[in-house]
Amino acid sequence: MLQPAPKPDVLAKRAEIIAGLRAILPSDAVIGDTISLKPYETDGLTAYKQAPLAVVLPSDEGQVVAVMRFCHLHGIRVVPRGAGTSLSGGALPLEDAVVVGVMRMNRILEINYPDRYAVVQPGVTNIGITQAVQDEQFFYAPDPSSQLACMIGGNVSMNSGGAHCLKYGVTANNLLGLRLVTIEGEVLEIGGTHCDAAGYDWLGLITGSEGQLGILTEVTVRILRSPEGARAMLAGFDSNEVAGACVDAIISSGIIPVALEFMDRPAIHACEDFAHAGYPLEAEAMLIIEVEGSEQEQTDMLRRIRDICAAYHPISMRVSETAEESAAIWKGRKGAFGAVGRISPDYLCMDGTIPTSQLPNVLRRIGQMSDDYGLKVANIFHAGDGNLHPLIMFNANDPESFHKAEAFGADILCLCVEVGGCLTGEHGVGVEKRDLMSVQFSPAELAQMRGIKTAFDPNWLLNPAKVFPLQ
Amino acid sequence: MIAPETEQDIAEAVRGAEGPLLVQGNGTKAGMLRPVQAAATLSTKNLTRITLYAPNELVMSAQAGTRLADIEAELATAGQQMIAEPPHIYGEDQTIGGIVATNFSGPRRVMGGAMRDHVLGVRAVNGSGEILHFGGRVLKNVTGLDVSKFLTGSFGTLAVMTEVTFKVLPVTEATGTVVLHGLDAARGVAALSAGLGSPFSVSGAAYLPAEQKTLLRIEDFAVSVKYRTEKLAAQLKEFGAAEILGTAASKTFWRDIRDCKMLDAGEAVWRVSVPPSAGPGVLRAVEALGVTGFLDWGGGLVWLTGPADEATHAAVCAAAKAARGVWWLMRAPEPLRAVVDVVPPESPVLAAIRRRVEEKFDPRGIFNPGRLRAA
Repeated sequence: MLQPAPKPDVLAKRAEIIAGLRAILPSDAVIGDTISLKPYETDGLTAYKQAPLAVVLPSDEGQVVAVMRFCHLHGIRVVPRGAGTSLSGGALPLEDAVVVGVMRMNRILEINYPDRYAVVQPGVTNIGITQAVQDEQFFYAPDPSSQLACMIGGNVSMNSGGAHCLKYGVTANNLLGLRLVTIEGEVLEIGGTHCDAAGYDWLGLITGSEGQLGILTEVTVRILRSPEGARAMLAGFDSNEVAGACVDAIISSGIIPVALEFMDRPAIHACEDFAHAGYPLEAEAMLIIEVEGSEQEQTDMLRRIRDICAAYHPISMRVSETAEESAAIWKGRKGAFGAVGRISPDYLCMDGTIPTSQLPNVLRRIGQMSDDYGLKVANIFHAGDGNLHPLIMFNANDPESFHKAEAFGADILCLCVEVGGCLTGEHGVGVEKRDLMSVQFSPAELAQMRGIKTAFDPNWLLNPAKVFPLQ
Repeated sequence: MIAPETEQDIAEAVRGAEGPLLVQGNGTKAGMLRPVQAAATLSTKNLTRITLYAPNELVMSAQAGTRLADIEAELATAGQQMIAEPPHIYGEDQTIGGIVATNFSGPRRVMGGAMRDHVLGVRAVNGSGEILHFGGRVLKNVTGLDVSKFLTGSFGTLAVMTEVTFKVLPVTEATGTVVLHGLDAARGVAALSAGLGSPFSVSGAAYLPAEQKTLLRIEDFAVSVKYRTEKLAAQLKEFGAAEILGTAASKTFWRDIRDCKMLDAGEAVWRVSVPPSAGPGVLRAVEALGVTGFLDWGGGLVWLTGPADEATHAAVCAAAKAARGVWWLMRAPEPLRAVVDVVPPESPVLAAIRRRVEEKFDPRGIFNPGRLRAA
């Protein structure tokens, strides 16, 4: 992958820069030696590695401001980083960049139940917000698979989704306010604890901007009351087409389950070996459907869904009877990436979105590509909202296998765009899909987005070489 | 007025524009925010086609000039609806472009999100006359900057939207309303907060001071509505005995709330958004000036009406600001709208960024100049 040439003047001043950072931050907040930099050289997209010039770990907004002013003054590139779980290389460093890690800014600043919000620092983990409010039976809704580790700052930057966003929406739908620091070291306060902006929707623009516009220092999220209960069911089908038609029928019936997940045969097998959740091994495709409400409501809703599924001749159907069974069903799904990793230590996790009616067609064509490339693929799909995760298995010790996997992945994403979808539903563009952006956007559209970036960051110092194709 | 019938011709008109344009659909919201000084008007009112409707994918695309009423009628044929429940207070000729350009949402916003939460994609013409599309037609999309969301609520100042794609949802089988009587505003909002903090998925939460009515709506399958309204009423018993309304009565009631029927609209109308528990304080702060109103969104949306003069406007703004909220001047005679802050002022840092962003979209500054703020 092509990266921009490092700035020679910055590399030449490495020692001075580190000394300069040490002068404005506590001594343990600046990392400059080769060994300590190692953990920061990659993120969840481990195929790419690059050690940065230095890493700084500010513990408050004032320190972020100081770092940004310093980097802006000296023309130093800045790469923001949360927990480093990005699957698109969103936190991949550059050789001449200072990584600004927000993990020490991990305090929950305010929780307000009557007005249903929480104000947190960007280094609080996704699950950490829910843990802070669950004693009052509240939760924070977006639930990416990495929720135990990933941080809210990263979630906002990538507009993360999760399995339950069919009902609750993605990160952008669950925010009220932000504070961020611009590359010039100015603090912007966006939104607050009320709904909606009077004026432009900066909150919507900054969410999902992948660290291109500023570094977050505070996030105000909506918190919701937990439902009375939830229960999942499984239905196995003998073809992807039939399972896809069943998804259509459920949505068309007026039922919006809280989650509606689809797995194909390879994914079912990988996850069952790992979770022992009782997935139907003889099925070609399986749906996990979850509903919420009181016991009676769950039973009623699952009965309606079972009746719909029955018309599609499922080869198996099982409603979980206990919380443990539901948990086991989800354990398989949420552990899917790890489960595939047990079969093939190296895999690429793709993330396109398609119109849901295109599912059978897209899976058929992915199957053909799999044969053509000679690489196995398992498909996991947030079926209710069209977000597809093909996991392409390859051998990292064989460079040719890796290049094939990359080409296969790119073909899948182009297919997603071709059938009316998009390159990424929840993982972000990062470096991974940067060079495919022109498949989805015209030069004028990319120029318009670049213009917004330039308005915030005239010298392109913030997380460069991500999102936009290199020019 | 130029009112082209194709997107190409809109682009042509923009390229050929010699000065500022008043950008609008049917112009129903012309009395909102600041007046625009423009020699020519560019209208999308002749772009009226629904270009995609896939009920099983919960998605619709419509050209910007399609009337909201026509969209709602088409959705009803498949038993679906707009999630944000846009108010109809500007009449039946409101267009979907106008609803999106103003990010105009009704009672369901409190649970289901605002119009900006449902816009999936936008086609638009920028100030250089280039036809651009952002977002798409799928429910989850993080490809590039979310320009669709940024154009939503931009009041036609950045680009001329020609088509919007948005998420829709089924109309639920039943609607029920829990009504509490005789509470003052603070107690009423406390009851709304308790309801919105309950596990029963309250989809509307309003307080009407004139009648001292506190209303909580539940929309779902009939069995769930019955169960949830009863449980909710029981949970709120400290606020007094509750009356429960069925589907027909609920629908009428919430349509009236959506359309502000209980607002005895005076010369000026404001919309103020604050943290919900601050709503009663806003009502109280402006009461003495002859400003009246009601609360929606659990107390967080304050609709106000009163005399159209600078002192009253300043008092409304001060009340919103004190409550850490924002305001929109929704209606007032033109002289007042021309001289006051119709929305809150920005910080100097954000204002500088905003000007640079505007220049990137509309280099000549021809789209609705001054609509949101004085130049």
